[in-house]
Amino acid sequence: MTTPIVETKGIEVRFPLPTHFLSRDKPVLHALNTVDIAIQPGETFCVVGESGCGKTTLGRAIIGLQPPTAGEIYFNGQRIDQMDEATRKPIRRDMQMVFQNPYASLNPRRNVFETLAEPIRHLMPETPASEVRETVENVLAVTGCDPSWQRKLPHEFSGGQRQRIAIARALVTNPAFIVADEPISALDVSIQAQILNLMTDLQSKWGLTYLFITHDLSVVEHFGTRVAVMYLGRVMELAKTETLFDAPKHPYTQLLLDAIPKLEGGSFDTPREPGELPDPVNMPPGCPFAPRCAMAEARCRAERPELRPLSNGARVACHFAE
Amino acid sequence: MPLLEIRDLHVAFPKGKKTEVEALRGVNLTLEKGERLGVVGESGAGKSMLAFAILNLIADPGRVSQGSITFHGENLLDLSERDIRSIRGNRISMIFQDPMVTLNPVLSIGTQMIETLKAHRRISDKEARKLCIEKLREVAIPSAESRLEAYPHELSGGLRQRVVIAIALLTDPELIIADEPTTALDVTIQAEIMALILKLCREKDVALLLITHDLGVVAEVTQRLMIMYAGLCVETGQTRGIIDAPQHPYTYGLLKALPQKVGRGARLYQIPGSMPPITALPSGCAYHPRCDRATDVCRSQIPPLENGRACFHPLNVPEAT
Repeated sequence: MTTPIVETKGIEVRFPLPTHFLSRDKPVLHALNTVDIAIQPGETFCVVGESGCGKTTLGRAIIGLQPPTAGEIYFNGQRIDQMDEATRKPIRRDMQMVFQNPYASLNPRRNVFETLAEPIRHLMPETPASEVRETVENVLAVTGCDPSWQRKLPHEFSGGQRQRIAIARALVTNPAFIVADEPISALDVSIQAQILNLMTDLQSKWGLTYLFITHDLSVVEHFGTRVAVMYLGRVMELAKTETLFDAPKHPYTQLLLDAIPKLEGGSFDTPREPGELPDPVNMPPGCPFAPRCAMAEARCRAERPELRPLSNGARVACHFAE
Repeated sequence: MPLLEIRDLHVAFPKGKKTEVEALRGVNLTLEKGERLGVVGESGAGKSMLAFAILNLIADPGRVSQGSITFHGENLLDLSERDIRSIRGNRISMIFQDPMVTLNPVLSIGTQMIETLKAHRRISDKEARKLCIEKLREVAIPSAESRLEAYPHELSGGLRQRVVIAIALLTDPELIIADEPTTALDVTIQAEIMALILKLCREKDVALLLITHDLGVVAEVTQRLMIMYAGLCVETGQTRGIIDAPQHPYTYGLLKALPQKVGRGARLYQIPGSMPPITALPSGCAYHPRCDRATDVCRSQIPPLENGRACFHPLNVPEAT
């Protein structure tokens, strides 16, 4: 197996919560708990889960926006989580991010040229001005943006156009790896397909590797090479896309798949019990999914299942999966 | 007589001093008792405007400039504010997108529920309380009695939306208007909430006007469908029929663009461009700049809604028998 482009070893992210000044206990929110993933060059690695599962925190930790409180992160075999800013700077060129909301991620007072030139000027300061212009023009062309957009401001564009600009900004430094955090969730249905197709084209043209964070399993099925399903800061199932959709092994994965509304209809005909998430501050000792799980037994509430390999190649954190 | 009938509804907003732009450009709709209708469209298509118009909630300076909205044979547009209040939240209930915004954060669930009841019924506090607990049980809220004292922030997003549904049901409405009721919620919670709405509408024979952008959700819940584009209905008919054989190129494109419609890794079908804003509508059919079937007639004339579609060159037309 080749060296993974990105690898995390047991990373954890904890957020201390505000405490009352008289209180003795210091509540801590465990946003990520010992997450091990290895992303191979050229693949689209999807992370799915519901809000609060830690998928965005994982992306931010890898890209360096949220330093992990424990564990190690590697990029092309090089440990990056403890690097100082100066050593890390050349690596930032190779890792870029596209955010969910293109209405918030673009500076409203900066025109498109300035927005796209900024990463080059900052991360590759030796680039001559003529080359900056050329790169910006090239990237705008490959992302399907009109050259005339360069002097315009974000408010002049629709959501889909803004997301194209955000993708163009992520590409100007010629990165190898892109974290895309819900890049189509804020867009209208007819625009989502445009952006997904653009990302597919860019991947085949430039050999990009994606970490694609989403809550939408139908997008994962279409777009992903491998999938990690997360729940309350832990990976519950990690498998190739086909394997996961053909034979989901974790009861939580099954629950997510059953929740997708289908064009054929019929899956909302039976009432569903309200599912309650356990408090992420005071996590129960056993499996985090046990309170919602139909299969849960005493063992699940006492002992947390570790992620273990199954015969079909998937890795699953469930005592009963086989 | 249908429960709700909308004829040629226009909603206009002023643009500058003398001109107006139309957010709705002549919408027709009928809803029978107990029927579930889905209204689908992208942002700006006018679907929420339709809901607001029915409830007489179009905010100034917008106004209903033409048309009628008949509920039980009575034109809602002719009613005084006082009379519309006896219908709104009583015989017609609403469920909106974000339960954190619709519920008052400083009042307990019980206070908000009892307030709703007392606005429409003469009822004692004790009886109101009893009825509230009953409704909370109906929407499967665990330990309903103690939840009456809870505040919205103490509940999860899914439970909050269940409370909103319980409030909507308090007055035994004949019609529920649900505007993107699950868009702010996680997928598993969406499934719970939509299954609950479907069950309650069936059991109580309540009509539902479900506004959403999600074709999967309408396929699961509704019997009839209305597709909106740039302030007009472009296709309407039985939900199953439209999903299996869409006739308008826009509906066809929306369905085909869904990832679940193509094989894994295959290129998705994409509709080029985006929906025009109401301030800059093209001539003729508003969809023609994005349509691969458009001809000269589409550029000059607005296609009338006939046989369930507003298109000069429809697809999947059933053969005449």
